[in-house]
Amino acid sequence: MFQSVLFYLFALIMLGAAGGVVFSRNPVHSVMFLVLTFFQSAVLWLMAEAEFLAIVLVLVYVGAVMVLFLFVVMMLEVNIEAAKRGLSRYAPLGIGIALIMVIELIQLIWLRGQGFSSTGGFAATPEGYSNTKALGAVLYTEHVYAFEIAAVILLLAIVAAITLTMRKRPGIKVQDIAAQVAVRAKDRVRVVKMDAEKKQ
Amino acid sequence: MGNLVPQFLLNWIDWGMGVFHSLPDWIQYLTITTWKILFVLIAVILIVAFSTYFERKVIGSMQARVGPNRVGPLGLLQPFADVIKLLIKEVVVPSQSNKFLFVIAPLLSLIPALATWAVIPLNDWYVIADINAGLLYVLALTSVGVYGVILAGWATNSKYALLGAMRSAAQIVAYEIAMGFALVGVLMAGGSLNLGDIVAKQAGGVSHWFLLPLFPLFVVYWISGVAETNRAPFDVAEGESEIVAGFHVEYSGVAFAVFFLAEYANMVLISTLTAIFFFGGWASPFEGWTFLNNIPWLAWLTAGGLHWLFIKMCMFMYTFFWFRATFPRYRYDQIMRLGWKIFIPVTIIWIAVEGAMAWFQVGPWSGLGA
Repeated sequence: MFQSVLFYLFALIMLGAAGGVVFSRNPVHSVMFLVLTFFQSAVLWLMAEAEFLAIVLVLVYVGAVMVLFLFVVMMLEVNIEAAKRGLSRYAPLGIGIALIMVIELIQLIWLRGQGFSSTGGFAATPEGYSNTKALGAVLYTEHVYAFEIAAVILLLAIVAAITLTMRKRPGIKVQDIAAQVAVRAKDRVRVVKMDAEKKQ
Repeated sequence: MGNLVPQFLLNWIDWGMGVFHSLPDWIQYLTITTWKILFVLIAVILIVAFSTYFERKVIGSMQARVGPNRVGPLGLLQPFADVIKLLIKEVVVPSQSNKFLFVIAPLLSLIPALATWAVIPLNDWYVIADINAGLLYVLALTSVGVYGVILAGWATNSKYALLGAMRSAAQIVAYEIAMGFALVGVLMAGGSLNLGDIVAKQAGGVSHWFLLPLFPLFVVYWISGVAETNRAPFDVAEGESEIVAGFHVEYSGVAFAVFFLAEYANMVLISTLTAIFFFGGWASPFEGWTFLNNIPWLAWLTAGGLHWLFIKMCMFMYTFFWFRATFPRYRYDQIMRLGWKIFIPVTIIWIAVEGAMAWFQVGPWSGLGA
C-alpha cells in the first residue's frame, strides 16, 4: 500500500518533469527537468530493487551526459521565437513518433502482462542477493559478445567524433609540453661572473 | 555503579527504554536513523568550521605569520565569528539573474556533499545506510555536485561567473573519469561495492592497506579529488586573478556561506574517502603490535575505530592546505592534459597490472586460492 503510494507519487513527478522538458521556454530549464526525470526513474528502479541500474543511471546520465548537455545549451544563444515557429512545423512528426512509441509500449506491456498478477508489487529479492554480482555474472559470461560489441561501438563513436572535429590548421601555436618540462635553469638564465664596477 | 547514579535515574532510563521498545518497529527505526544522521551532520559541520580555522593557522605558519588569534582563546572562536558575520549580511540577488536557479544553486552543491555521508562507515558498526552499492552511490553523488557550480555560473548572468562555471564543468567531467577508474581498481582489490567490506578487507596493519598495491591509483584518486573540490592548485573555477571569483562572484551572505560550506564539506568527504579506500579507513595501522596493549594508555593505538578515521582524515585535510600554500595555480590546458593524457592512461594500465596481480595471487588477492 505504502509502496504503491510512493510509486505513483514518483511516477507523477517523473511525468510532470518529462512534460516540463517539452513545454518550458528556457532550454536550461528543460535540461534541469530532464535531470529530474532521470532522477525519478532512478528512484523507481530503486523501488524495484534494481539498485545497480538505478545508481548507474544517475552516475552516467545525470553526472556526465547531462552536464555536457547543460554545457552546450548554456553556450548556445537560443532564439525562442525561431524555436516556436519550428514547433508548428515539426509538431506532426513529433506526434507521429510519440504515437509509435506509445503503441510499442502498450504491446510490450500487454505481452509481459500475460500471466502476471499485479497485486504482488515488486518481487522481493532473497537475503544476501547482490544485484551487481548477478548482473556481472550474466554480462561477462552469457552476453559477453554483445557486451564487447557495445564497447567497440562506443569506441568507434569516440574515434569518429575526434576525427570529425580535429582539424590540422597550419600556423597554430601549441605548447610542446615535453620541451617545457625538460627545460633547465641553465638553458634560460646565464650567470655571469664579473668584478664589481667602481663608482664614478 | 549504583552508588554513582541515583536509583531513580536508572528507573527512569529503564522506563524510557521500555517505552521506546514498545513503539512500532518503524518508529524505532526512524528515531535511531534520524539521530544517526543528526550526529554525522553536526560532526561534519563542526569539522568544516574548525577546518577553516585550521587552514588559516596552517597557511599562516607556513608563511611565517600568526594566523587568527583575536576571537576567543588562541582564536578558536574565529569560525563562529565568521559564520555570524556571513549570516547577518544581506543576500543580493542580481536583477538580471534567473532568481530561482540562483537561489537553489548553492543548495544543489551542498546536498550531495552531505548526502554522501550516508554510506560512509565511521567504525565497524556506525554507518547510516549499509547498502550493497555504496561505492557506486559515492561516485554518483560526487558527480551530481557539479550542478550547483554550473547553475550558479549560468543563473548569475555574468561573464565571469559563466566562465568559471564552464571551466569547472570541463574540469570535473575530465577528472571524474580518472576517479572512477581509480575506484575500479579499489573495487577489484576489495571484491565488494560495500565500503564497510572494503575497509574490512584492509584489516591487519599497514601492509594490508591498499596503499602499497594500488599506489598509482591512490595518487590519481587523491589528485583528482583535489581537482573535484576545486581547490588550489586546481581552483581555476574561482581564479581570483583572472575572473574575479568565478561562479560565486555575485553571491553574498548566507548564499555564499552555503557554497563555502559545500566546498569544505567536499574536502572533508574526499579526505575521508581516500582514507577509506587506500588507508584502511577506521582500521589501526598498528594492528598486531600486541606489546602495545600491555601499556594501558596506549591501547587505543592498536584498536581500530573512529579515532583512526579522524586522524587519517585530518592528515589529508592538512595536505589540502599544504597544497594551497605551496603550489601556484595550474594553467587550464595543463589541467586538461593532466586529466586526460596522464591520469586516465595510468589508471587503465594499473587496472591491467591488478589483473596480473590477481592472476598470480599476490597482495590483496593472496587469499583467493584458499
